[in-house]
Amino acid sequence: MKISATITALLVGYTNAWSTPMTMKVDTGASNRRDLLIKGAAFATAVAAPVAANAYSVPDLPYAFEALEPYIDAPTMKIHHDKHHATYVTNINKATEGKDEVPILDLMADALDATPVRNSGGGHYNHAFFWEEMAPHDKASKTKPSADLAAMIDKSFGSFDDMKAKFEAQAAPGAVFGSGWVWLAVNTKGDELKIVGTPNQDNPLMKGVCDEIMLPILGLDVWEHAYYLKYQNRRPEYVSNWWNVVNWEKVNENFDYVVANHVGVSVQG
Amino acid sequence: MSSPGSKIIIDSALRAAANLRSSSMPKEVTQRAAAMLSSAPSGGKHTLPDLPYDYNAIEPVVSSETMTIHHTKHHNAYVTNLNVALEKLDAAVSSGNVGAIVGLEGALRFNGGGHINHTLFWENLCAKDQSELKDGPLKKAIEDAFGSVDGMKKELSDMSIAVQGSGWGWLGYNAKTGRVECATRANQDPLQATTGLVPLMGIDVWEHAYYVDYRNVRPNYVNAIWEVINWKVVEERLIAAQK
Repeated sequence: MKISATITALLVGYTNAWSTPMTMKVDTGASNRRDLLIKGAAFATAVAAPVAANAYSVPDLPYAFEALEPYIDAPTMKIHHDKHHATYVTNINKATEGKDEVPILDLMADALDATPVRNSGGGHYNHAFFWEEMAPHDKASKTKPSADLAAMIDKSFGSFDDMKAKFEAQAAPGAVFGSGWVWLAVNTKGDELKIVGTPNQDNPLMKGVCDEIMLPILGLDVWEHAYYLKYQNRRPEYVSNWWNVVNWEKVNENFDYVVANHVGVSVQG
Repeated sequence: MSSPGSKIIIDSALRAAANLRSSSMPKEVTQRAAAMLSSAPSGGKHTLPDLPYDYNAIEPVVSSETMTIHHTKHHNAYVTNLNVALEKLDAAVSSGNVGAIVGLEGALRFNGGGHINHTLFWENLCAKDQSELKDGPLKKAIEDAFGSVDGMKKELSDMSIAVQGSGWGWLGYNAKTGRVECATRANQDPLQATTGLVPLMGIDVWEHAYYVDYRNVRPNYVNAIWEVINWKVVEERLIAAQK
């Protein structure tokens, strides 16, 4: 989310106006204290209503396009980021034009109320979330679930391998009947982990998608565009290879955050 | 021939009839096939139908690479998994396990729908030089419903492009109104079973249908597919539906 440079400058100017003697001219062109108060109030209102045009942007990948090779290929990363994610951003900007600017996370709870927000807002959040949880294999392979997360995985699934098997089953073509995502998510109370599949660009943060709102800590895109160039129809191979680039440090961070705050993870863009 | 439930239809005409009630299949053939299949509770094993043309027949609109993967991998998987689901259905029906019967709904819908949809799709495509919408009942029905053929193409293209995620665009026949209309379906939901419309012409807009050739630019694929539509088959389906 960009804060307009103009607004920042105005804010600074506004603060200065109140600390300078009344004999000094200020940007608002006010000539007396009363005039300044009136203009300042109008100005403050303008600042309080945020700029709403093009509120969202595609965040940069935290690594190069080829960084996740050979598990996820560079052409896929490039098109996935530069084309697919960018389209969701364009469309959510169109859908939110003229509205107050809020972080994309804040649009998720009520996303089912507005189809463009559900599809494009969901698409933006999901992809922004997805890029961050992955890392090149040589870094990812050195990471693992924290003690707390490992304990909750064991409690919820029996073991880490059981969790992986359940995740892969949920990612299989026969489980998500078309395009969608698979998530490892915490309940809002923070005491249970579940694996859920969601269709299209839905996610567990959206009211009405799962039995209850859940807070994702790890997600996998199983739309065909996420793997088609390298894997074609071989989705299970894509899924089992993807574990090699999961950055458990980020997943641990996500876990600690959602458990402590009972809200979803914020994303860039 | 072994036990019911594992009958394999060898004759290719019967195989085609078993997979699809094609309007061009002689009635005696479809009846014979139906009789043969009905000895198994769920109708026996389904097989992947051959394409009515070579894999490169509709280039450059859709590449040989796409057609090969689409037919031999994707469609084949639906056929395989449909057979698996039907075997499970047979077992559940035989043992009276209603819970298990209900539990198979998703797999049957997905794989059965996938098999139906792709079989219809291959049939309504043809080489560019054979794609011609001549004057006749189909052209008339389209013009009656949409004002013009271009009007129908625009509406169906817009709807197909707008499908969220995976799905299909269809030109269908509404027996109640006697008119043709456009519809879209999500995932592999079959048109007739879920809407009552008789499928005349389908456009697959799953990403696997166009990703190799068009990447993310679905509109280019949808606009191009009109060049390779087998209008003869579409019209035969309309005539059969109107009987």
